[in-house]
Amino acid sequence: MTTQDRYTLNARNMSVFYGSFKAINSVNLDIERNKITALIGPSGCGKSTVLRSFNRMNDLVPSARVEGEVIFHNQNLYAPHVDAVEVRRRIGMVFQKPNPFPKSIYDNIAFGPRISGWKGSKTEMDDLVEHSLRNAALWDDVKDKLKASGLALSGGQQQRLCIARALAVEPEVILMDEPCSALDPISTLKIEELMMELKQRYTIVIVTHNMQQAARASDYTAFFLMNAERAGEIVEYGPTGDLFTNPKDKRTEDYITGRFG
Amino acid sequence: MDAPEEKPTSGLPHGAAMQRNIVRRRRKGTVLRSIFLGSTLIGLVALAVLLFTIINDSFGLVALDYKVDPATLSDRPLEELSRDELVVILQDNISSNAFRTLERTTPMAQRSEGDVLGLVLERVVKQSVAGTWSLTDSLLNRSAIEAQVAAESPAATLKFRSWLSGGFLTTPMSSNALIAGVRTALFGSLWMIGITILFAFPIGTGAAIYLEEYARDNRFNRIIQTNINNLAGVPSIIYGMLGLAVFVRLLEPVTSGRVFGVEGSNGRTILSASLTMMLLILPIIIINAQEAIRAVPLSLRQASYGLGATKWQTIRHHVLPGAMPGILTGTILAVSRAIGETAPLIVVGASTFIVSDPDGPFSKFTALPIQIYNWTSRAQGEFGNIAAAAIMVLLVMLLTLNSIAVLIRNRLSRRAS
Repeated sequence: MTTQDRYTLNARNMSVFYGSFKAINSVNLDIERNKITALIGPSGCGKSTVLRSFNRMNDLVPSARVEGEVIFHNQNLYAPHVDAVEVRRRIGMVFQKPNPFPKSIYDNIAFGPRISGWKGSKTEMDDLVEHSLRNAALWDDVKDKLKASGLALSGGQQQRLCIARALAVEPEVILMDEPCSALDPISTLKIEELMMELKQRYTIVIVTHNMQQAARASDYTAFFLMNAERAGEIVEYGPTGDLFTNPKDKRTEDYITGRFG
Repeated sequence: MDAPEEKPTSGLPHGAAMQRNIVRRRRKGTVLRSIFLGSTLIGLVALAVLLFTIINDSFGLVALDYKVDPATLSDRPLEELSRDELVVILQDNISSNAFRTLERTTPMAQRSEGDVLGLVLERVVKQSVAGTWSLTDSLLNRSAIEAQVAAESPAATLKFRSWLSGGFLTTPMSSNALIAGVRTALFGSLWMIGITILFAFPIGTGAAIYLEEYARDNRFNRIIQTNINNLAGVPSIIYGMLGLAVFVRLLEPVTSGRVFGVEGSNGRTILSASLTMMLLILPIIIINAQEAIRAVPLSLRQASYGLGATKWQTIRHHVLPGAMPGILTGTILAVSRAIGETAPLIVVGASTFIVSDPDGPFSKFTALPIQIYNWTSRAQGEFGNIAAAAIMVLLVMLLTLNSIAVLIRNRLSRRAS
């Protein structure tokens, strides 16, 4: 297997700046295809910043600047001719707080395809909506009320709606920024089961505060910490089982055993 | 509660001292509460006095004096007669020379019924107002007023009159307060406001979108922003001067309609007034729209961008729908300010005496505030009464607009959630 087949995303010496402040220091990270990679670490260590650099959501912060490379299909996402709009369509994102649009459930799903130049018929759109909702394990909950507002759903259902919405534009990678931090344990479990399903077809990168979640649900784990200049760095990266049972770095061991953080 | 033991070592009060302290802190809140209540009451009293004055002047007794009693002209009230019957009365009671002169100015067949009625009242009945009294006087001192009228003008009849009536809304301006109405002014105000909204809403919203969504945070844009904020506080008469210089004089070919083939008017048109009002309310609309746009949650924009939406798609599908209740509310509130503005209209040159309805953006016009201003500056008491009635019309118009603003906001924000 070539490197390109095995990995979906490769960060090469990626540093992120907010103005003159360096928030992320030279991250190297290879995200394996059809696996779940978890980014863990204490608050403020830059996990979310790294995640948002993978689909150029950081472009929305006027002062943000990325150095180094993020390789996706042999292509640096930060090369001058790359369009962030295309990047975000191919690398989808699910946010910390469920943020459905104040529209119907149907329109929430249909929005992405429509703005991306959807040419299909109404029936095909109906099929796409059903397909996306089924893939997000939400179809049975909402099939009778597709015209109801997305905001009328419970928190866990809203988050699955957001996942379904992301799936509808057929991305290859799904970035999840603490997707369960606003949810109760049962909804959290459902999302985790869903992630297991989704990794058959998608590559998933998830930021989480919850170490049990990382240990339960992910295949690979990257542990982040702030260095002396308050810039986030990767301390250790490896298969989740190894990192949690046999950490190579003392700081990783301290963190996962709950000695700080 | 039993006071726990005193602990003199602590800086915090304990026991009885603590209770005294709490009472003292509570008392401060009570005092301030009464002050705040007082402020509210002052506002309420001011509003009540305003309404009372207007209503007091809008209704009341009026002593009418005639040269010829209308009852001798016809067995029905003059207001109920048709135009032809009125023409006959006119013909019978004025000299044929005078009638021919009138016919030559405008043929009777082309005059409106109200116009002929005015002529009858003016030339035949020679109705005049011997005196008017406010609503409170009319109710409380009726006998004294009757005695006064009997002594001063024995021929006059005393009638209770509501100056605000259906006829007041539908008759045009007249030099006789008894038959003058606000029709012309009402149409003038509506035309002016309509055209103002047509220009101000898209321009204001567009500017707000640019400033909030596209403009970079640099010195140039900060200067623009500061200036817009300051422009919102510029006195309206200064906008009037600007309108006079730019729209009435400089752009006269456009505002008089000459370039569109409309002849016979100068730059003092509805269009000039509307554009001046647009300048006046643009800063308010822009600031309100900016605030509404800023209030659209970041999470919504992120969700849209995260799906691969472009900036414009995000604005079009999420930012604008979310901000629309706020933008509309701001616009309508700004427009209600424009409806009440008088100073810029005086400078731009609204006509004070005009009897024909405006028929388009290029016609001369008058507006409600101008009419009110004109009437309040007249010496005769009855003009004070119709000014009060016109103020009520203006207030009702403002209240209607504000209610529409509330309705729109409620409906749109219900749809958004």
